[in-house]
Amino acid sequence: MTAPTATTELKPPALSQGWLGWIRENLFAGPFNTLLTILTVWLLLATVPAFIDWALLKAVWSAPTASVCREAAGGACWAFVYEKHRLILFGLYPFEEHWRPMLVVVIFLAMIGLSCLRRFWTVWLALYWIVALTAVGILMWGGVLGLTYVENEKWGGLPLTLILSVFGIAFAFPLSILLALGRRSNMPAIKALCVIYIELIRGVPLISLLFMASVMLPLFLPTGVNFDKLLRAQIAIILFAAAYLAEVVRGGLQALPKGQYEAADALGLAYWQKTGLIILPQALKLVIPPLVNTFIGIFKDTSLVVIIGLFDLLNSLKASLVDPAWPGFSAEGYIAVSLIYFALCYFMSKYSQALEARLATGHKR
Amino acid sequence: MASDGAGPVIQMRNVNKWYGQFHVLKNINLQVGKGERIVVCGPSGSGKSTMIRCLNRLEEHQAGDIVVDGIQLTNDLKNIEKIRREVGMVFQHFNLFPHLTVLENLTLAPIWVRKVPKAEAEAAAMTYLERVRIPEQANKYPGQLSGGQQQRVAIARSLCMNPKIMLFDEPTSALDPEMVKEVLDVMISLAETGMTMLCVTHEMGFARQVANRVIFMDYGEIIEQNTPEEFFRNPQNERTKLFLSQILH
Repeated sequence: MTAPTATTELKPPALSQGWLGWIRENLFAGPFNTLLTILTVWLLLATVPAFIDWALLKAVWSAPTASVCREAAGGACWAFVYEKHRLILFGLYPFEEHWRPMLVVVIFLAMIGLSCLRRFWTVWLALYWIVALTAVGILMWGGVLGLTYVENEKWGGLPLTLILSVFGIAFAFPLSILLALGRRSNMPAIKALCVIYIELIRGVPLISLLFMASVMLPLFLPTGVNFDKLLRAQIAIILFAAAYLAEVVRGGLQALPKGQYEAADALGLAYWQKTGLIILPQALKLVIPPLVNTFIGIFKDTSLVVIIGLFDLLNSLKASLVDPAWPGFSAEGYIAVSLIYFALCYFMSKYSQALEARLATGHKR
Repeated sequence: MASDGAGPVIQMRNVNKWYGQFHVLKNINLQVGKGERIVVCGPSGSGKSTMIRCLNRLEEHQAGDIVVDGIQLTNDLKNIEKIRREVGMVFQHFNLFPHLTVLENLTLAPIWVRKVPKAEAEAAAMTYLERVRIPEQANKYPGQLSGGQQQRVAIARSLCMNPKIMLFDEPTSALDPEMVKEVLDVMISLAETGMTMLCVTHEMGFARQVANRVIFMDYGEIIEQNTPEEFFRNPQNERTKLFLSQILH
C-alpha cells in the first residue's frame, strides 16, 4: 500500500462546506426550492408570532373568575386550566381522595421509566410490575387498608388513560406475537384461526368493538354474570390492538432472511427455541418503528372509550368544558390535554429511536 | 447402528423431488461411507444444493428413502431433530445470527440442544475458534467481520455440535476472491481429521486435494461419479466434459 500523494488529496470546494454550504444546499438549491423556502418563511411569520402573542404574551395565568379572565384582552386564559386541572386529570374521582390517582400516575410513570432501562430487563421486572399493578388496584379501588371504596364508574382522567393503555399494550403485545406466529404456522387449523381473528377484528372500527363490548355482550351473558364496563372496554382494546400489532410483528417475521430460519433448523433447535432465541429478537428489532407507531396509536385510541361513557383524560376535559361558570375555554383545555398526550407520545418515539441505536450490532447481511 | 463400522452413514435410494411440476431430483441413489469426502459439482440449477439440503430436511423429498446415521428421514419431528443434531451445515451466505456475538453464535446450539453447561460450551467454542484461527474475534458481532472470517465462524459453529457429518453448500461462492483460500484451508484441515464431508463447490483444486469422490449432477440427475483423478483426467459423459471445459478454462 502506498500513501496517497499530495496531488490526489484536494480540498472540497469552499461553497459546499460549513453553514453557507448547508444553506445553499438545503434552502436555495433551485428555483422551486427557493420559492418553497420563501413561502415557508412567510407562513411561519404570519402564524408563529400571533400564536406566541396569544398563548404567552397576552395570556392570563391566574384569575378568580371567568369574566375577569375574559376581560383581560386578547390572550389565552390559562387560569381555566389551573382552575379545572383536578377535574381534567382525575375525572369524577372523589375530590378529597385525589392523592390516590395522583400516586397511581406516579407509579405508572416510574414503572414505565424503569422498564425502559436495559439493566432492569430481568425476570424481576415482571415481578415489580405485578407488585406495582396490585398497588394501583388497591389505590384506585380502595376498600382495604383504611382506604374508602371508590367504584370504577368514578375513575377517570389520566389514571384511566394510563390503565387502559398500559394494560392494553402489555396484554395485546404477547397476544399479537402468538397471532403472528400462528398466521405463519404450517398447521392449517391454527393458521386459519389466526387469519380469521386478525381480519375480523382489524376490519371493524374500535368504536364498534367498544360498543359491542358495552351494549351487546351483556345480552349474551347469562343473567347474574356481569363484569364491569371498564373491564369490557379494556378487553375490547386488548383484542383490537392485538390484531393490529400482529400484522406489524408478521412484517418483521417475513423481513427476516430465510437463511436465519434455515441456520436455526440446521443446528437442531426446536421450534420454540428457534422462535425465542433467533427469530423474535431479530424480527421485533426490525419492526421497532412500526411497533411504536402502533403503540402510540393505541395510546391515543383509548380516548374512544368516551363512546361508552368512561371518563378518560379527553372526556374529563369535555366534562370540565361544560361548567357554566367557565364557558368557552375549549382551546386552552384542548391545548393543555394535547400537551400531556404529546409528552407521552414523544417520549415513546424518542425511546424507540434510542433502543434501535442500542440494539444495532453492525451491518448485517 | 449403521454408523458403526464400515456401513454407509448416508443412504439415498431412488430419491425424487418436485417443485410444483418441476422435477428437481430424479432417482438419486447415493451412498456415503464414514469418513468419506465427496465433492458435488454441476451447472447451476442442477439440483446439487437441493440434494444435500434434503439430507437434513431443509428440503423435503417426495419419494424414495433417505437414511442418515441409521435414522430414516420421515415427517417425524423427533427423527428430524435427531438427524440435525448429527449433521452440521455451512451455507453460502454464512447465516450467522447477527444479533449474537461470535461466541454466542457458537455456544447457542450446544447449550440449548445438547444441554451442555455454559462454561463448558464456551471452552469448547474457544478451541474451535482457535482451530479456524480467529479466537480474537470471539466477542465481536458477525457484522464486524469480513466474509472469510464469518464463514470460518460458521464452520466453527457447526463443529461445536460435534456433528458426524458436515454439509457444505457452496461455502466459498459468496466470498471475495482473496478470502476463498482461508476458508478452503479450514475445510482441508477438517478433512484431515477424518470428518465425513459433502461439499457442493466449484473449487476443483479443493476437489483434487481432499475428495475421495467427485459427483457430477445435471438436470436433477447424478450423471457421473468417480475418483478426482479419473474424473478430471478422463470424464466419461459428454455433459461432464462440456462442464469441465467451461470451468477449468
